[in-house]
Amino acid sequence: MPELLQFLLSGITVGAVYALVALGFTIIYNASDVVNFAQGEFVMLGGMITFFAHAAGLPLPLAALIAIIATAAIGVALNKLAIEPARGAPVVSLIIITIGASIFIRGATQLIFDKQLHRFPAFSGDQPILIGGATILPQSLWVIAGALAIFFCLWLFFTRTLIGRAVLATANNRIAAQLVGINTNYVMTLSFAMSAAIGALAGVLVTPITLTGYDVGLALALKGFAAAMLGGMGNPKGALVGGLLLGVLEAMTAGYISSQYKDAAAFVVILAVLFAMPQGLFGRKSTDRV
Amino acid sequence: MLTVEGLRSRYGRIEVLHGIDLDVASGEIVTVIGANGAGKTTLLKCLSGIQPVSAGSIVFRGEAMTTVPAHRRVQRGLAQTPEGRQIFTNLTVEENLRLGAYLFADDKVDRDMQDAFAMFPILKEKRNLAAGGLSGGQQQMLAIARALMARPSCLLLDEPSMGLAPILVAQIFDVVRSMKALGVTVLLVEQNAFGALSVADRGYVMETGRITMSGPAAGLIADERIRAAYLGI
Repeated sequence: MPELLQFLLSGITVGAVYALVALGFTIIYNASDVVNFAQGEFVMLGGMITFFAHAAGLPLPLAALIAIIATAAIGVALNKLAIEPARGAPVVSLIIITIGASIFIRGATQLIFDKQLHRFPAFSGDQPILIGGATILPQSLWVIAGALAIFFCLWLFFTRTLIGRAVLATANNRIAAQLVGINTNYVMTLSFAMSAAIGALAGVLVTPITLTGYDVGLALALKGFAAAMLGGMGNPKGALVGGLLLGVLEAMTAGYISSQYKDAAAFVVILAVLFAMPQGLFGRKSTDRV
Repeated sequence: MLTVEGLRSRYGRIEVLHGIDLDVASGEIVTVIGANGAGKTTLLKCLSGIQPVSAGSIVFRGEAMTTVPAHRRVQRGLAQTPEGRQIFTNLTVEENLRLGAYLFADDKVDRDMQDAFAMFPILKEKRNLAAGGLSGGQQQMLAIARALMARPSCLLLDEPSMGLAPILVAQIFDVVRSMKALGVTVLLVEQNAFGALSVADRGYVMETGRITMSGPAAGLIADERIRAAYLGI
């Protein structure tokens, strides 16, 4: 069944990209209950900045590092300039602010850089690897490894570190978090920096496969959001599984039915899952006694 | 230890504290009693820094606190158990306690947690359960224990007896009384005037944003006006 295996491998590759975007959503959501729709823009910035730094003559690893740091700084600026001044506004307003920010970043990118599609060389060449009659690009392995590594780091961060629990505490009850001595402004800044850095890393990893341009962020944000919802918003495990599931689902639909239906099939399954399990596959059930 | 002078605070354009003067000496248990809506909770929120102050001053251990952000006041030894518990419902009991000691990363954190479990054995039993599933009384105990994890020199307690069964109310007031032995100064805000005055050294009576009476707790409990207005006797 080389055909099935091929669909599976492409699905996992695409799924790992969705998982990386979904993991980026996780941190800001955990710190503030805000779904940051500028997350796709962070992915786009990671790819674009790397490309232009590389084109300017910097070695690829250095260009990637600069892109990740610059994107993290943009994430911090987004928090300081747009989210923090709106403190106390309903979560929906904050989400709309992030949509505005994503439009702004997209516009600024086409002015500062350009409107072309760009690509930089894959990390380990473009020679496909043969697995049981199917092929996979070496860069796909980088993407999958990146998603797994980020998932593992986030899981450790939220379950094993005090600052990770402080992030969860801030989302759960901001006032109480301040009363135990947590600097909640710092927690928010940190979570935007981390989310942006993860987004940028995703952009660096996928650009050799999918190319990058000023407008690739929106589609990635929507798919990553769908993946995060499917797995359960806020849970790193949910983001990983949701992303992979969504990717495989799309690849199977495209392969066996029609590539025109792949988006529709994915969203139909998500609707079905959320209808039965509104918390997503791994979402926390919230139990409060009042 | 804690001196408040001319404290004013407002919600929007409505002033709710009209110049509060109050002081708490080291080692004391001081209570502020008053009816619902008198401004007691607002006063404590001003002291812990989660409610803006429009005029007046707060001095804690010789240091001006009025403009210090809330998370730094905890660092200086001023901890609050907020009204309505405000525990982290999605974290476990143990995680709640650990976050209480967020500012510390030394060996004493573990000992403090053992002390908290000794003080409230039920919390030890439920240490790995989500705090949101605890009963109201257990949540109150957790909120007090979490505040003590911050190693405060002064504890601000907001309505610890609110919504609890009578047997738990008595238990919570015993806990307040035991703060003296721990060397923790307490400022206790309560609607349960009788319970609060019976554990406190001194008391203040608050009415519509002003202090209307103050004095030794024993004196207030015996006062005719207090008995009529707050004790229902």
